[in-house]
Amino acid sequence: MDARRESEATPMKNPTTMERKSERELVLTRTFNGPARIVFDAWTKPELLKRWWIPKSTGMSLLSCEADVRVGGRYRFEIGQDASKSMAFFGKYIEVIPNSRLVWTNEESDQGALTTVTFEEKGGKTLLVLHELYPSKEALDTVMAGMEGGMEGGMEGGMPESFAELDKLLDTLGASVGRS
Amino acid sequence: MVQYSQARFDVSFAALSDATRRGVLERLGRGDASITELAEKFHMTLTGMKKHVGVLERAELVTTEKVGRVRTCKLGLRRLEEEAAWIERYREVWAARFDELDEVVEELKQKEKVDGRKKRE
Repeated sequence: MDARRESEATPMKNPTTMERKSERELVLTRTFNGPARIVFDAWTKPELLKRWWIPKSTGMSLLSCEADVRVGGRYRFEIGQDASKSMAFFGKYIEVIPNSRLVWTNEESDQGALTTVTFEEKGGKTLLVLHELYPSKEALDTVMAGMEGGMEGGMEGGMPESFAELDKLLDTLGASVGRS
Repeated sequence: MVQYSQARFDVSFAALSDATRRGVLERLGRGDASITELAEKFHMTLTGMKKHVGVLERAELVTTEKVGRVRTCKLGLRRLEEEAAWIERYREVWAARFDELDEVVEELKQKEKVDGRKKRE
């Protein structure tokens, strides 16, 4: 039918869902139209990670991106407009199962989450589930309280207009990069 | 699109299923009150009212704060709304990120196709 033709002409983005699963957990899901080995590559090869981790619409960029993706290997991302206004996020990988599972720590603070990402392939598509486990209910509540108002003027309006807004945006991206 | 887990809804609805508890919420909507005030208004014992407030607290519909010997109750609805708004913003960050990742995946798929063809040639 017409509706179908239309959706083929302008393919819909796959939906991203997020849910607070419990007092300490956030769960995110998204399907990608490609096999797990490709999606896994995009998460584990720094040169690929660099291309999508910071959406262009934020006006920010990944100033540096090091990721030694193996058990015990460390990662470090620096995000900002330039070196004088940047923020670093770091931790280590504690589980690496090719094309299937990644677990890493977020060590910017002692309240950082443990992040687990699983890649599940079905019929050439990959269901990605990202799970964040915070050390306590208070840790997650604090992250949420700190990000209040963080996105305004950042994602929507393009370039942040002031340092305060930049800080808020970095916080937002930080929570997702660092604590994700 | 914010998704709340079924468990959270269940707790909220269970909390709202009782007429006294709905009355307490309605009363707190007009201003904060102590457990003692609420117990008097609803002709209950302190222990009974504490139980009701406990149920509302677990559902995050009410928050309480003890100052000295008085425990004051206030509506907690705002917190739930803020949490929903935060989750939505966080989801949007990831959605934007994943939309860019789609492009990388698409490009790698094309590259595999081309490479596969080259190998066969």
